[in-house]
Amino acid sequence: MTESESLKQLPLQALHERAGAKFAPFAGWSMPVSYPLGVLKEHLHTREHAGLFDISHMRLIEVAGPDAADLVARLCPVEVASQSLGACKYTFLLNDNAGIIDDLIVTRLADDRFMIVANAGRAETDEAWIRTVAAEHDVSIEALDRVFLALQGPYAAAVMAETGFDVSDMRFMSGGEPRPGWFMTRSGYTGEDGFEIAMPLDRAETFAETLAADERVSWIGLAARDSLRLEAGLCLYGNDLDETTDPVSAGLTWAIPKTLRAGGSYVGASRLAEIFASGPDEKRVGLQAEGRQPVRAGAPLTVSDGKPAGRVTSGGFGPSVEHPVAMGYVRADLAQTGTVLSADVRGRPIAMHVTKLPFITKRSQKG
Amino acid sequence: MTPLSTTYYTEDHEWIRVENGVATVGITDHAQEQLGDLVFIDLPSPGASVSKGDALVVVESVKAASDVYAPVDGEVKSVNEALTSEPGLVNSAAEGDGWLWSMSIADESQLEGLMDAETYKKSLD
Repeated sequence: MTESESLKQLPLQALHERAGAKFAPFAGWSMPVSYPLGVLKEHLHTREHAGLFDISHMRLIEVAGPDAADLVARLCPVEVASQSLGACKYTFLLNDNAGIIDDLIVTRLADDRFMIVANAGRAETDEAWIRTVAAEHDVSIEALDRVFLALQGPYAAAVMAETGFDVSDMRFMSGGEPRPGWFMTRSGYTGEDGFEIAMPLDRAETFAETLAADERVSWIGLAARDSLRLEAGLCLYGNDLDETTDPVSAGLTWAIPKTLRAGGSYVGASRLAEIFASGPDEKRVGLQAEGRQPVRAGAPLTVSDGKPAGRVTSGGFGPSVEHPVAMGYVRADLAQTGTVLSADVRGRPIAMHVTKLPFITKRSQKG
Repeated sequence: MTPLSTTYYTEDHEWIRVENGVATVGITDHAQEQLGDLVFIDLPSPGASVSKGDALVVVESVKAASDVYAPVDGEVKSVNEALTSEPGLVNSAAEGDGWLWSMSIADESQLEGLMDAETYKKSLD
């Protein structure tokens, strides 16, 4: 049991226990994986009403100082010069090989101040990397101690309005600091409209209870968070992205500004330009299995002649689409929609169709 | 007098109801609760001969796949076809309509050492 003893606990652990959560380890944290509603209903509730997630395992890193904008431009392939105040950018930390160290949301809070939201499992690596790259920059880098909640679903905006936040003018992928010590963006990881809200620890319990008390809101665990993001075609770092995958192979070129595709001042720029020029060897695609059996991460994919085609990197069942959903990497020449591949599931072949992502129609509007 | 049926429980959270030399096998209510909502049950073919400990059935929840093991040696007689269209039966009636398969028992002595309901219940505490 030493493993579970060393797991970090969320600041609101007791509240989740009272809400009847089951916990499981994830990225070094003991996380609520489901609540009494159960993963299927939690998933559907989020798509139909509003789901409340504790995402305090994710790390908020504030970068501030005269060289903050220069540092962000060095760290990530973003056009910082044209990033307006409050704009959120989905971007990456890249290594010299254009491999993805982490995928992030970077929000501009001021001319000289940015908020980076990093994945839990990568937080320490990211912070160390940011500090390394920042060595000759005049900036302060601070990991913040906050409770971080996500409210997702068609009623998220209405619920936020009732808790005293005027979000009517807030566009998707924008954010700011509505109160001292708070940080909020209109964004999410479900394909729905929604918000991610960070707040000081001493405000968190009351705020979380207020949200949870709204009849449209239900607590949602990590299991449904995964099925929601998978239906929405969103990547999970560690499954679908890692230091050996680049944004082009990952099908995330939309997140790279056109002006930075042929090169730039960010780490990994020259290698990324080469990949843009030559095309990737593999591409991330959506995969839909025939039948009802889920095909999960790790399943190898082959072409009809038995030759290797790639692998499934995320897979499960999509409660909203009511069929198995998966994504994976396949040889670039096999990435066309409609290609039929075979997945090996416990020694048995299952036909999988390369399909467009996402599996659902996203209701999150682009900013 | 032997009772009409006897139900045994395993450490792997399966129940085995033995009736006239035939074992009906399923997962316990505790197991289904731990697994969460099931979306697919991979059932064996009737007639398959199995050995104790074989991973015979895979129950798939939204988040993970889990094996269900054969509790004894024998031959699969029938499977619960209703689960093909309604895997959630295992959640709603794990120890009833959500049974998984039935099988013959090659060696009844393999049932010795399994738990009865009361012992199983205590093992969960």
